[in-house]
Amino acid sequence: MRDDPKERAALGRAANAIAPADGIARRRADFPILARTVNDRPLVYLDNGATSQKPQCVIDAEAHYYAHLNANVHRGVHRLSQEATDAYEAARDIARDFINAAQREEIVFVRGTTEAINLVANSFGARFRAGDEILITGMEHHSNIVPWQLACERSGAVLKVVPVDDSGELDAAAFESLLSPRTRIVGLTHVSNALGTINPVRELIALAHARGVPVLLDGAQAVPHLAIDVQALDCDFYAFSGHKLYGPTGTGVLYGRRALLEAMPPWQGGGDMIRQVSFARTTYNDLPYRFEAGTPNIAGAIALGEAMRYVRDLGLDAIAAHESALLRDATERARAFPGLRLIGTAREKAAILSFVLQDVHAHDVGSILDHEGVAVRTGHHCAMPLMERFGVAATVRASFALYNTHEDVAALFAALDKVREVFGDA
Amino acid sequence: MPELRDLYQELIIDHGRRPRNFGALADANHRAEGFNPLCGDRITLFVKTREGVIEDVRFEGTGCAISTASASLMSEALKGRTEAEARALFDGFHALVTGEGAAEQAPLGKLEVLAGVAEFPARVKCATLAWHTLIAALRDQSAPVTTEGEESR
Repeated sequence: MRDDPKERAALGRAANAIAPADGIARRRADFPILARTVNDRPLVYLDNGATSQKPQCVIDAEAHYYAHLNANVHRGVHRLSQEATDAYEAARDIARDFINAAQREEIVFVRGTTEAINLVANSFGARFRAGDEILITGMEHHSNIVPWQLACERSGAVLKVVPVDDSGELDAAAFESLLSPRTRIVGLTHVSNALGTINPVRELIALAHARGVPVLLDGAQAVPHLAIDVQALDCDFYAFSGHKLYGPTGTGVLYGRRALLEAMPPWQGGGDMIRQVSFARTTYNDLPYRFEAGTPNIAGAIALGEAMRYVRDLGLDAIAAHESALLRDATERARAFPGLRLIGTAREKAAILSFVLQDVHAHDVGSILDHEGVAVRTGHHCAMPLMERFGVAATVRASFALYNTHEDVAALFAALDKVREVFGDA
Repeated sequence: MPELRDLYQELIIDHGRRPRNFGALADANHRAEGFNPLCGDRITLFVKTREGVIEDVRFEGTGCAISTASASLMSEALKGRTEAEARALFDGFHALVTGEGAAEQAPLGKLEVLAGVAEFPARVKCATLAWHTLIAALRDQSAPVTTEGEESR
């Protein structure tokens, strides 16, 4: 895609106009899978929080690499290796720009958010000691809980958890009081995958920094919906996945503040992460390669770069405005739906509607919705402690992306009417 | 295309809403737990046997309509059966809900209302949780049973 400032400005204006949806949702045509049917009905894909669909340009970018550039990176002197390396490193530059990192050395390609957090928990966490504290929140995904529990097991550090209130917001006062002289890091989700809550991360980071505590943000659910500027946020680590951002599975980015990355020991050893190897002593490569052992997902990184370019060209402000309109529409319909309880009613939310229906289990709702061609996620959303907090075993989650329309929202609620038809009134 | 009513028949909705034999059984001599963590479905099954005959079955737990109705219908079907008959019923029921030809199996009676599950592969694990828990109870297996991962992907 071209990067046309005029087009972007026009999209931005459209987002503020009366019918903000049209400009963005017209991009549906870019996503070939949206043309398919499920049970002879048009696919209504509302499981974007799990993974988004891919535009043709991303699919093409991955295929183009294998058809024209395939070679290993950072190795050969031959032409293909040079071209593959150039394309891979160009993707790093796009990623740097996408989240406004100060330097390209701060962008580490990983398999996804999970690997990014594991990298930090292992490497930055290597110096945790018994009695140290790791502060996370009650709304974290398992991938921002379990790596820290493993770090606690290795080091004797203790996990502390910030409580969540009934609306699905963090208790900021509790956050502040849980920051102690022993706190070594804060792991915090930017946007909750199960509730949609947008956390006030800038303020929370400022509170942590006032006590000298670095902060890792789990951005998996934020990057597709919000413009990210890691310098403005002042976060120390930012982790996200490519596949929720219209990119390929098995791709992701760890942003790390250079001073922190410089001081961290390698996590995985192997090729590419070394400078010189001998049996007596091995020296390690520079950033970011020190953290990219082995042949990376080259095609995936290149295609992720294309996905970021695609999103950047559409403009995250325009995408966010469109998705907010969908969420407002869905929330209003949800509030009017008999026997429906919203799980997550924070003031600031992004693209996620999580709910339960009285007397109908989430999986029964999911099966009936699927029968109607509507794909949603049902279950605990890899956030079991949060489900327990709200006293539910599972919720139904509809999550929006740039290609969803108000017709999709209407289809969701028509399918929920069908649930009532099958199960009777609440 | 499978119809929704094939899965959600009135009898299933009824047993899902008002499960029979629901609650603990104080004098049970077999007991097992079933848990599908992805679903959140949980069951505790209590079985009372005497000289190889199932005298009473009760259960507790939470789950979807399919798993609750399946447990409820199972509890009704088992009373008065020998353990060997219960195992044969399990085999027949398993064949029914996985669509592996139940024709030559023993008659399943009311349990056949769950035949529609075969058309919804993601829900097979819901229908079989209570039954796998039963087998575990008869074996006095202490580890909780799960049906996630073996019958559907």
